[in-house]
Amino acid sequence: MTALAVVPLKGPHIDWAAFSPLLALAAGGLIVLVVGLLPSRFVRHRVVPVLTVIAFLASIGLAIWRFRHPASIISGALRIDDLALELDMLFAAAGIATVLLSWRDVAPHSSGHGEYHSLLLLSAFGMAVLVSSQDLITVFLGIELLSIPLYILCASETRREGSLESGLKYLVIGSVGSATLVYGLALVYGATGATDFATIGHALSVGKLAGGVLSDPMVLTGLGLVLVGFAFKASVAPFHQWTPDVYEGAPTPITAFMATATKAAAIGVFLRFFDVAAIGTQNTWAPILAAIATITIIVGNAGALGQSSLKRMLGYSGVAQAGYMLSGVVVGTQLGVQATVFYLFAYLAMNLAPFAVVVASERSQPELGDDISGLSGLSSRNPWLAGAMTVGMLGLAGIPGTVGFIGKFQLIHALVNGDYTWLAIVLVIGSMLSLGYYLRVVATMWMRPVGPRVATGEAALAPIAGGSPEADASSRASPEVWFVAVGFAVAVIVLGIFPSPLFNFVAHAGHAFSGLF
Amino acid sequence: VTLSILIWLPLALTILVSLAVPSRFVGRATAAGSLITLGIAISFLVRFKIGHPGLQFKTDTLWVSSLGIHYKLGLDGLNVLLVMLTCILFSASLVWSSFREWDRPRSFYFHFGLAQSAVLGAFCAQDLALFVAFFDLMLIPFYFLVGMFGTGERVRATTKLVVYTLVGSFFMLVAAIATGVLVSDQHGTPINFALSALQHLPLSHASQEWIFLCFAFAFLVKMPLVPFHGWLADGYKSMPIPAVAVFSGVVSKVAAYGFLRIVLPLFPFATVHFQMLILIVALVSILWSTAVAFTTPDARMVVAYSSVAQLSFITLGIFSLQPTGAQGALFQMLNHGLVTAPLFFIVAALAARAGGSEMLKDMGGIAFRAPVLAALALIVTLATLAMPGSANFIGEFNILLGVFQSKLAISIIAFAGVVGAAYYALRLYIGAMHNRAGPKVTSREIGLNDAVVLVPIVLVILALAFYPQFGLRRTEQSVKAAVAPAKLVQAASSVQQVAQR
Repeated sequence: MTALAVVPLKGPHIDWAAFSPLLALAAGGLIVLVVGLLPSRFVRHRVVPVLTVIAFLASIGLAIWRFRHPASIISGALRIDDLALELDMLFAAAGIATVLLSWRDVAPHSSGHGEYHSLLLLSAFGMAVLVSSQDLITVFLGIELLSIPLYILCASETRREGSLESGLKYLVIGSVGSATLVYGLALVYGATGATDFATIGHALSVGKLAGGVLSDPMVLTGLGLVLVGFAFKASVAPFHQWTPDVYEGAPTPITAFMATATKAAAIGVFLRFFDVAAIGTQNTWAPILAAIATITIIVGNAGALGQSSLKRMLGYSGVAQAGYMLSGVVVGTQLGVQATVFYLFAYLAMNLAPFAVVVASERSQPELGDDISGLSGLSSRNPWLAGAMTVGMLGLAGIPGTVGFIGKFQLIHALVNGDYTWLAIVLVIGSMLSLGYYLRVVATMWMRPVGPRVATGEAALAPIAGGSPEADASSRASPEVWFVAVGFAVAVIVLGIFPSPLFNFVAHAGHAFSGLF
Repeated sequence: VTLSILIWLPLALTILVSLAVPSRFVGRATAAGSLITLGIAISFLVRFKIGHPGLQFKTDTLWVSSLGIHYKLGLDGLNVLLVMLTCILFSASLVWSSFREWDRPRSFYFHFGLAQSAVLGAFCAQDLALFVAFFDLMLIPFYFLVGMFGTGERVRATTKLVVYTLVGSFFMLVAAIATGVLVSDQHGTPINFALSALQHLPLSHASQEWIFLCFAFAFLVKMPLVPFHGWLADGYKSMPIPAVAVFSGVVSKVAAYGFLRIVLPLFPFATVHFQMLILIVALVSILWSTAVAFTTPDARMVVAYSSVAQLSFITLGIFSLQPTGAQGALFQMLNHGLVTAPLFFIVAALAARAGGSEMLKDMGGIAFRAPVLAALALIVTLATLAMPGSANFIGEFNILLGVFQSKLAISIIAFAGVVGAAYYALRLYIGAMHNRAGPKVTSREIGLNDAVVLVPIVLVILALAFYPQFGLRRTEQSVKAAVAPAKLVQAASSVQQVAQR
């Protein structure tokens, strides 16, 4: 006892400035939690979300400030480089959209605004830690930090059975994934004797394990289990089965957050781990990863085809899209990294617009929920939302004029360049399959059978403004949802026509991987 | 005035119109706007210098610098007439539409504007990636035009249309990217998708072959030629008339144009290698579609399959790999566009007089009180069947001459298609105009709203018939240049064969 007290534990030096973008999220989470305890309704319902947005904005601002100042902090446990900062901005953007979508949602009301928003911030903090990590320990820390708040958030609509079921399901399956991951991490540590990526990479490429990964069962099993653990988080097939169920049950804003931010975090750690720590053994894992990407693309697209629930459909579509992004990891080149990060941003915009429309649709027709039939005739009720949904769907399908086309273009470019032309073919075959369900959504909105035309009242006067006044009123009542939908749809178009700024932006992320070609 | 203005004006105008004009007048305003675009296109045609080698009115800026994609536009002999055709047919369709009521006019005219911009972009693009982008973009407005404003099983038809053609396009996307990447790999140059840069750096033979097949697949589906025409019957049947007029008139030409602009110059080895394959596909397609056009009871489908037959002829001409054949093909693209669009309008006019049915059995005797309509229809019909004296005759003659020079047997069989065309075109004309009057037929003279569309186009057809040199002179040099690389490969391989002996 006394010995411990006498010898002070000396913590590592922390570069607070470099750490600040992450810290803003953690500190924001704590502040919001405390503020949420105040009794005033106004504070809880209005100030708490605003504070959350401020915390996210602060994180973005600090990330911009630290941009192009890469630093390894906390004894090399975290590396705050441009990739980490860019993904940090992505998480914050997704977080802001989530706050806006939950502004009038049931979920924060039933679970408490302070808790809800604080968990959101902490989850984003976990993601930021995960994608900055350079060490097995921080990887695990990050994964848990992002997952545990999400388990709770999924169940945050405490009065709805589906939400609780979704939370529990996610908890059970997520724990299996985490357990697999931690076992794999332990084995990798056991085989290489190090927890930091650089030393592991060194051991695997030039050290005692060089050239003989296949002959060493310990490191092989370790890498395999790590891959499976990450695959659970990224909902990569065949570890994706939880995705549609959890997405369907969770409150829609949380689903949107999971679909975009969690996916980005998982793909980010794929990049970190496989393109840094395990890059020396690329010819061992790349074929396996390519096979997994192929399975993911096919399973995701085939699964989405028959879905009538929009959230399930978007869940499966997210599985397929994870396959596309994974193929950027496979090639293990600078181009691949850039293409993947570019696609992550594209995916953020293309996915949030549809999710916002789903939120609006659920609110205007609670009896239909997120069923695709709720969108029927949306083009005449609310052409802006229908347009946003259309742009999102066409973007996800990869139609020119949207950022999805440029993203796929770049992925294919990276694949052909990295001698994975066959995977590029798989990618486009997946895109063809995906037309089947993306276009169905578009057709439902714009091409419903022409019924008898109502020639009385408002509908006759203003056929564009809305055939169904009450539905129109509800969309006018949630301008923030409208804003998210239309804002991200505009981004999809603008970045599809002028992609250069985003290109130059993600080029920095590629430079973060100095070891790649 | 730059080409960018010409390309983007239709889209900009429809956006402007749909924001600023009350929905009753959207149609008329858009039609007026399309005439402005037509005027600009004419100004380009007037300023176009005949015999000038290379591109004119060039625009070239880097679009995506890290991928080497240029926003590069230009006109030469290959596309100057097709740009003109596009503007004529879109103006015609929009004027025709503006006299009719549409359910959601803003959407309708917006998609038309987008379609025109995309088609013009595809014709003017001088960068491989840009071409692919426009080529795919073209499809989206038609998806909505069929799905929202079509008739019958429109959602099914439009889904089929989009899935078929996008499947082709996605393969083309991979092939296009592979072209850029492999060229830069094999020659050690920085990646660049500009056609002018790719042209001088030939790919290895093995790469050319699979890339050629991807491109050919995309183009053959789009035209469509026979084994790839699964979407055609439903798609054409459901499309609203103005949409089908431009789709058959110009959108299908983009694919044929793609062969001349991209495939022949960039992949000459594969072109020669697969020449026979494509010729046989085209031949089968001619015979098949002619046979279907003989028998189909539906007036619109007669026109649709006749246009398949014509596009097969065009493909035949291109893959004769002779300057005469290719020039005939290019000239025929213009001619066919000019006759197929009015034929669709005439079918609509006939249907309006036959109780709304497009079936030939419900028509008949329509010429009785409508001599002007009948005369216009006759001119267009005769042009369709390539009557000597029409510009179509010159086009078809050149095509067959080219094929005759390279593959004798194929040209002989292809003549059957020419004969067949006379039969189905006259069958359509006689069945609708003459014969016994159908049960619900009321013969009415052509209205002013149809006449303002049909008469100018018929005048253009007549003018070209009298002065075909107008088209031929402008295209000659560019066509020769497009065919040259393939001819070179042919010559080299025959030299090799002689040497081996």
